[in-house]
Amino acid sequence: MTFADFDALLLSRLQFAFTIAFHILFPAFTIGLAAYLAVLEGLWLWTKREAFKTLYLFWVKIFALSFGMGVVSGVVLSYQFGTNWSEFIRLTGGVIGPLLAYEVLTAFFLEASFLGVMLFGWKKVGPRLHFLATCLVAIGTTISAFWILSANSWMQTPQGFQIMADGTFEATDYMAVIFNPSLPTRLAHMLLAAFLTTGLVVGAVSAYRLLKDRAAGTHVEGWSESRISLVMAVGLIAVLAPLQLLVGHASGEVTHKYQPAKTAAIEGYWETRADQPLHLFGIPDREAQKNHFQVSIPGVGNMIQNLPRDEVIKGLDSYAREDQPPPFIPFFGFRIMVGLGLLMIALGAWGAWLIWRRKLFDSPIFLRFAVLMGPSGFLAVLAGWMVTEVGRQPWVVYGVLRTRDAVSPVVTSQVATSLTVYVIVYSIVFTAGALFILRLMAEGPVAALRHPDPRQDRAPGTPLAQAPDDAPGDPS
Amino acid sequence: MSLDLPLIWAGLIAVAVLLYVLLDGFDLGIGILFPFARSKEDRDVMMNTVAPVWDGNETWLVLGGGGLLAAFPLAYSVLMPALYLPVLLMLAGLILRGVAFEFRFRAVRRGRAFWTQAFAGGSILTAVAQGLILGGFIQGVTVENDRFAGGQFDWATPYALLVAAGLVAGYALLGGAWLMMKTKDDLHGDARVWTAISTVAVTILLAVVSVATLVIHPRVAARWGFDLSQGFSLELSTLLPLLAIPLLGLVGLAMIVVMARRGSHAWPFIGALVVFLSGYLGLAVGFAPYVVPYALDFRQAAAPDNALGLMLVGTVAILPLILGYTGWVYWVFRGKIDTEVGYHH
Repeated sequence: MTFADFDALLLSRLQFAFTIAFHILFPAFTIGLAAYLAVLEGLWLWTKREAFKTLYLFWVKIFALSFGMGVVSGVVLSYQFGTNWSEFIRLTGGVIGPLLAYEVLTAFFLEASFLGVMLFGWKKVGPRLHFLATCLVAIGTTISAFWILSANSWMQTPQGFQIMADGTFEATDYMAVIFNPSLPTRLAHMLLAAFLTTGLVVGAVSAYRLLKDRAAGTHVEGWSESRISLVMAVGLIAVLAPLQLLVGHASGEVTHKYQPAKTAAIEGYWETRADQPLHLFGIPDREAQKNHFQVSIPGVGNMIQNLPRDEVIKGLDSYAREDQPPPFIPFFGFRIMVGLGLLMIALGAWGAWLIWRRKLFDSPIFLRFAVLMGPSGFLAVLAGWMVTEVGRQPWVVYGVLRTRDAVSPVVTSQVATSLTVYVIVYSIVFTAGALFILRLMAEGPVAALRHPDPRQDRAPGTPLAQAPDDAPGDPS
Repeated sequence: MSLDLPLIWAGLIAVAVLLYVLLDGFDLGIGILFPFARSKEDRDVMMNTVAPVWDGNETWLVLGGGGLLAAFPLAYSVLMPALYLPVLLMLAGLILRGVAFEFRFRAVRRGRAFWTQAFAGGSILTAVAQGLILGGFIQGVTVENDRFAGGQFDWATPYALLVAAGLVAGYALLGGAWLMMKTKDDLHGDARVWTAISTVAVTILLAVVSVATLVIHPRVAARWGFDLSQGFSLELSTLLPLLAIPLLGLVGLAMIVVMARRGSHAWPFIGALVVFLSGYLGLAVGFAPYVVPYALDFRQAAAPDNALGLMLVGTVAILPLILGYTGWVYWVFRGKIDTEVGYHH
């Protein structure tokens, strides 16, 4: 392997990391938001309370913008498999190609087509049919996540295939490919992460509105939109954040069983031994094959893994250096993710206690905490994906195909060019998109509807055409 | 009964790509014509004529690309590195114009001016890049050991640029004819002019590209019965049945010209679609059955039968729904658009 090839590989990895990190933010948010919209519309149909409709119309605008950006950034990824990882597709396309094709077919079309009804169809279809469209969009995003997680989990825990004489992979059992060992826990972990991400954003936007109302002295009693959505968000976080800890733990156990090297990297274990410690902090050093500045609790590492104290847990020294994952990102990514998760549990517990004491709206400290936690779901999702993807290295298909053997026959200058173009285009597009979304969020549900921005021309038929005058009639 | 799965999938992807070119063609054409619009209001109307359908149109590109990946992974893994930079430019263009649909209506003043240019620039970039991809594809791709083995600028030839110019003109024609059908008054008048100019450009470029293809690529010429290796010889029995294809193109062009003169609003668009169909079939004659010209045919590049079969089950179930839904959307949003009459008022 020449030096130039190595640079093309490194830049291709950077480019994939960059483009997928941007992409994952949008599905992580829209999967949960689609479900939230379905709940809001269902509650509105059921209770006929205007507040639910106001909330729906507010969040559907943000959904449309986020969904659009998720789609354009997703298209880039599917083409990147070919431009930068052509050997991966050439070799394994026969196995995971159908999984990706099913994602496009079932989910993308279900979303894209019923999204049209959901966004433009208020007057074209009745309220019940519209509710059905919203539900189908929510189901579509979930199915989409299923297929992507299935393909990715197969790369983590591959099975149900054979390698042919020419090196290409063929499936021997698609059920085994699709329902591979790490799929159940990883899918559950991701879906919960998506719901939590949405809950945290909804909670933060609601809390921000309540804080602003307090500051402006327009603080009102009773169930305003933002109060309703804050209670819904806090309730969701209070239940799902602790559940996520359990599901994450279960996912970790599957990882330990099938990808022990990843577990060793996450835990910072260099030494294979019984009675592992728990490393709270350290700087993993691949050259020295040890951690610097280690802060550890001896004797509890095995317990954390749900293993008896005398059981031997593999360290990275069980692997040749070329088979070791780079430990730095898995080690720190995992601690960031877990730290944020604990903060989410604290937020949920504190909020639940305040609800019980009927003081949720009267605690500015809690409201500020909720605002600060708004982006924490995104950060945790990014950290978690970095843990699982970097922890899979040096393999693209764990134990079977190395990342360096998956890269396209392209040269460094090409990849440098494309990475530069993506950085520039994404900076423009996602900065603008984020600003539009933040502006909408700052306006809040009621203001955005009662005082439509007069400067704002609306394109009939675009997702942004969502407007109060398009609101559905009385459901009865 | 055993199905010829590679053949079915080659057909499905060919149809997906054709539908993509026809459908996204006219909304890319709107972007190409954007700089020529007289006013902000005209540009708003132009965008509104495609707003509810453009993302559905673009979905066919995802299906074509995803289908190629899944059904012909070998072809996908050769073509994408071979066309690395044009694919990158296409994606950059698609992102810019895609978000411009949404952002242009949210932005004010300078922001709006920026997204107006991003929509036009992104559409033109996409069209040029697709032309370069098409040109690079027809030229053929160097393959060794099932891998792309050419240089990074193999696609960058005068011929590919010519094809790109032809595709930009073709999309402008589709866009102009679409606007003739969907708009009124002054904008409709402008659309007539744009359609007329594009028709002339398309006629010239189609002829030039056709001749250039035959002269530069003897393999393609041989498919049409021409042998230019020693002087000039012609196999009439090969050429004659194929003449139906250019004839179809002429019928399309005549439809545009004659029906526009008679004041028809819809027929020029149908004519433009026929011209594209003719061009598409004409190209297909040149490279079928290759999916990587002229190295890998669709059987060599196909995924294992169990993969193709698994995907076919889902496709047969869902494709009719997609087509039905697409038709329904076009039906719902039929009719003329102007500044006063939007879809929801």
